Order: sequence, then C-alpha cells, then structure tokens
Amino acid sequence: MRLLVVEDETKTADYLRQGLTEAGFQVSLARNGLDGHHLAMTESFDLVILDVMLPDVDGWRILQSLREAKLTTPVLFLTARDSVDDRVKGLELGADDYLIKPFAFVEVLARVRSLLRRTQTPVAQDELQVADLEINLLKRRVTRAGKRINLSHKEFCLLELLMRRQGEVLPRSIIASQVWDMNFDSDTNVIDVAIRRLRSKVDDEFEPKLIHTVRGMGYKLEWEQDHDA
Amino acid sequence: MTPKLQRPLSLSLRVMLFVMLAIGLSLLLISRLVLSTVERHFVEQDADELRVMVDAIEHALAHENGDFASLPANLSTAISGHHGVFYEVKDDSGAVLFSSAGLDFSSAVSSISPDAAVDADTTQLWTIDNRTYRGVVVLRLIDGSRYQITSAIDMEFHRNFLNAFQRSLWLILLGAGVITLLAAWIGVYQGLRPLRGVSNRVRTIQTNKLDTRLDPVAVPIELQDLVLSFNQMIEQLEAGFSKLSHFSDDIAHELRTPLTNMITQTQVGLSKARSDADYRELLYSVLEEQERLNKMVNDMLWLAKSENGLLKLSNTPIDLQDEFQSLFEFFDAFADERGVSLVVNSNRVLVQGDRDLLRRAFTNLLSNAIHHSPKQGVVNVNLSQDGANASITVENNGPVIAANHIANIFDRFYRIDPSRARNSEGAGLGLAIVKSVIEAHDGEVAVESNATRTKFIARLPRNS
Repeated sequence: MRLLVVEDETKTADYLRQGLTEAGFQVSLARNGLDGHHLAMTESFDLVILDVMLPDVDGWRILQSLREAKLTTPVLFLTARDSVDDRVKGLELGADDYLIKPFAFVEVLARVRSLLRRTQTPVAQDELQVADLEINLLKRRVTRAGKRINLSHKEFCLLELLMRRQGEVLPRSIIASQVWDMNFDSDTNVIDVAIRRLRSKVDDEFEPKLIHTVRGMGYKLEWEQDHDA
Repeated sequence: MTPKLQRPLSLSLRVMLFVMLAIGLSLLLISRLVLSTVERHFVEQDADELRVMVDAIEHALAHENGDFASLPANLSTAISGHHGVFYEVKDDSGAVLFSSAGLDFSSAVSSISPDAAVDADTTQLWTIDNRTYRGVVVLRLIDGSRYQITSAIDMEFHRNFLNAFQRSLWLILLGAGVITLLAAWIGVYQGLRPLRGVSNRVRTIQTNKLDTRLDPVAVPIELQDLVLSFNQMIEQLEAGFSKLSHFSDDIAHELRTPLTNMITQTQVGLSKARSDADYRELLYSVLEEQERLNKMVNDMLWLAKSENGLLKLSNTPIDLQDEFQSLFEFFDAFADERGVSLVVNSNRVLVQGDRDLLRRAFTNLLSNAIHHSPKQGVVNVNLSQDGANASITVENNGPVIAANHIANIFDRFYRIDPSRARNSEGAGLGLAIVKSVIEAHDGEVAVESNATRTKFIARLPRNS
C-alpha cells in the first residue's frame, strides 16, 4: 500500500514516515505543498495524509486539484485548528477523514487502515473467527472453544470491533467512539474496565489469550501464534 | 457612509451659555426698569412744573378782569425760574389771547383734557420742528369766561440727559455682565476640579493596584454616584483579574508537574546504560505524562473557546431518557466494578441541543458521581421538566461538600482536597466543562450537598 504524507513540520513528518513504514506501508514524504501537489497529481497512491497548514500551497489546494482531476484517492487531513469550519470545509472539498493536532500515532494508524478498508469491496460476513473464538453476527452468538459465552449488547459490539480489526491497535478514543458513540476524550478508565470485563468472559478461562493491552496506545485482538507456540 | 460622531457640548460651554443667557436677561430687565423709573420721574417732575405754570396762568387770568395787557408781565413773574417753557392762552372763540413764543402747538396737540388736573397722566409729548416738548392743554372756567390754556416744556434737555444716562447704564451693565461671566467661568473651572482629581486618581490605578478604591466621602455629593459605580467596576475587575491570575498559576502548576516528571524520568533513564525493557518502561511512563498533558491542553483550549463564545452548537432534539440509558451502558462495567448502581427516574424529557456536548457534560457528571460514591452506593439520575425547562439532577450519597467549596466547585482546576491534586480523575476541568456546556445551552448548574446526598443539578431550556 502506497501512502503519500504531505507535512512540513520536520519531526512530525519523520515520525509519521517511520511509524507508517514500520506498520508495513510504502511511504512517500513531501515536505512542502508544491512537492506534495506534484506527487499527488503525478503518482498513484492508495491514500494521502495531508497537512492543511502548509507554507506555500495549502492542503486545500492540493485536495481541490485531486478532486478536480477526478482522482478518488482517499484523503485524511491533519488540522491544528480545532474549528468546526475547517472540518466542514475539508469534508466538503472531498476529504474522507480528518485528525486534529496533536494526534496520537495509533489514531493515525487506525484511521488510515479504516480508510483503506473502506476502498476495498466489503466482504459480507456472517461469522468472524480468531483462533477458537467465533462470533456469529447474525445470531449475535459467541463461542470460545465450542463453549457458548453470554455477552451484553455493548460487550458484543466491543468484541465485534476488536475482531473485525484484529491485529490492529485500537486507541481508547476509537473504541469509545465506535462502541458507545462517545466522540470526545472521555474517561479512559471506563474503556479499561469494559475491556477487563470482556476479557474475563472470553479470555480468562481460555488459552491462548487473544485480547492484548498495548501499553500507552490501546488494545488489540490478535492470535499471537509465534509467541504462544 | 459612517455617521459622524458628534461630541456633546462641553460642560463648561453649557454652563457658560446658560449663565450668559441668565445674566443677559436680568441685565436687560434691570436696565429697562431703571430707565423707565428715571423717565417716570422726569415725567412727574415735568407735570409738576406744567401744573405750576397752569396754576400761575389761571391765577393771572383771574386777576386780569378782561384786560390782558399786563398779562405777559404777570406771567413772566409767575414762571420766572423755569427754563424752556412755553404757553398759550386762547379764549372761547379760539382766538389766541397770548402766546409766549412763536410756536404753533395746534399741529401737535392730539387731545384736550378739559377739566382734568395737570399730572403725569394728562401730559402729552409733542414734536414740533424736530424738537420734543411735553405739554398739556386744559380748559378752565374763570369768572364766567372759558379759556383754553396750553403749556409746554422743551424736553431736549431731559432727552439728552436720558440718552447719556442710558449710555452709561449700558456700559456699567455690560461691565457687570462681563465680570459675572468671568466669575462664572472661574467657578465652573473650580467646580470641575474634583472631577479632575478623580480622573487623576483613576489614572494611577494599575493592574497591580486593583485594590485601590476612591473615597466616596472625599468628593462632592454630585460625584458620589460616579465614584461608587467606579469602585464597583474596579471590584469586579479585581475579582476577575485575581481569578485569571490564579488560573494562570494553576495552569503553570498543572503543566509543570508532568513536565518535571518527564524531564526527571528521562534524565535518570539516560544517566546510565539500561536494558531495552527499562527504556521501554521509561518511554511508556513519559507517554502517560504526555497524554495527560495533551488531554489537559485540549480541555483548556476547549474551555477557552467556549468562554469566548466560539463553540458552534448543533441543535437536535434529544430524548434525555434515551441519552442516559446509553450513558449508563457506557458506565455499566465501570460502576459495577465499584459496586455502584445507576438508577434513572424519569419521564420522557425532550430537549434541543448539541448531542455531543451535552453527552460530554453528562459523562463528566456521572463519572464524578461514580468516583465519589461509596461502595454499594447508588447514583440517582432524575429527569424532569416544568414548562420551558428541563432539569437533570445527578445525585449520590458521597461525602458532603463543605459550603465554602460549593461556590468554587465549577471553577477550573478547583479541587476540594489540594493533596489529591493528581489522580486518575484528570486535571480538575471536568466540572468546568459541565458548566461551560450547560451555559452554552443557556442553562445553569448548581450543586447541593448535605450529610446524606450530594446533588448536581443542570437546568436546560427545552428549546435552546
């Protein structure tokens, strides 16, 4: 997957590149608007991460040019201005998502993956399975090692999110937003307790452990076969 | 086209104009009065003289017995000592029996006062050959014969005197007027001195001397209101300013603690070679501090925006009962783990507002209530509406909040127990955010606390 990052702030740009590269993406970096514009228009990317506050050609222009050229590359824009106007403007110009600086890297990663997934044709799935944990989305039924597990509605939603995005680190903010529709910095303790509760039902009595805490970042559900083998 | 701003007339000018008008009018009145009195006096004096003359002529006629030859001599004696006097006597047929000079009064005489006494009211002014005379014409019956006696005095002398008198009177009054105006101007200037004094004292008030107050007793009574309102304004400024400066202190403190932690941890960590695990531990620890900082900065920015009215509220209908049901789902595990039960008592309550913001406020209230609830406690949420308002109360049986904390509990960074300054609850901005959100919806927040219950109340207009 090829990503273009247009960002003039040196450190941010470097760490974005490093982080995304280490997450398995091929990253091209443009450190000013002109280069960014040129790259975006001439090469093909799967996704563009665009800082809107650039010293020369601002992010809006690049976004506009992309859309005028009928390029549908998903665009995630970064804005330092926590203003509704900016967000509305970006989305109206055809951006797909936005992040407000300062952002957490896990959040960038989660959004990038989510946007890339959106462009793929979704596979209609009735069942999800990781190791011996299975959930049936239609019947809303969960089994682990063949044993039926009873989950509350929200616990099921939480597990479904973790399973759909298995292997991905999900920051608490995304979990809160996706499961409980809390679109702000809420009490993160609450997420921790909810995960703990879910773990006690689907993980505690079973091996291997599937729900992992990624310290300082969030949670992921993964069958870490290498370690557990 | 901007309308031109017109400065109102200066106070001095207003007073001066008014004084000028008053002095002008009164001087005019005085001069009129004096002149008319003097003129009246002259008229009476002239009338006296005319009467004396008429009496003398009458007397002379009574002694003539039809012979007028000695009349001029007699009359001259009778009116000797009078200057510029003229007289004429006619008989019944209109023939002039005697005339003192060649003056023809007939053209000027307008009326005849038959039997009247000679006084100020019967005399008339005549103008003959550009000279003015005061005269009188009377009919007298003496020894069976009828005489028409005309008597007149040349007025030029009086008129000259009156003119001169009028001129000097005007000059004197003008002088008096100018002096009075000058005095009034000095009076106004002096009168405004206390005002300049107040202005000078106000000018010395700097931000570090906001405790300065003006003494309302030390100024004239007219300025007392001004001084009192000014003091009131300064008082409010002082309160706001001290709040702001406490706030800055708090920010500095809140920022300094995580920064110090990070610097110390990093320096200690780097002071010698360590294992990968140690470095990882260090980075995690730094990350936690950074996240705390990040949340605090975001919350502070949010509060600053809301205080400056920069929040844009969406306006959607919200069923509070549904809303609290989802919030309870969110807090379900969290409350359960602490053995706290969540109970909502409500009817259907609908409000208009920004769902995300209200949800944030309610989350903070619930989180607060759960945190401070004892084990096995109950957090009660009551929703009700009366008329145009919805009321949301979140109550628990947590520790009582002392009255001195109640007033400040919604302030930023305010903590009841300073020793609990840093814990998992965050930077002490939660309730400030609640207040901001509710006030952005034109609502109000309150808190009540007693030994058994602590109750946070939010009132919202149902259509904000």
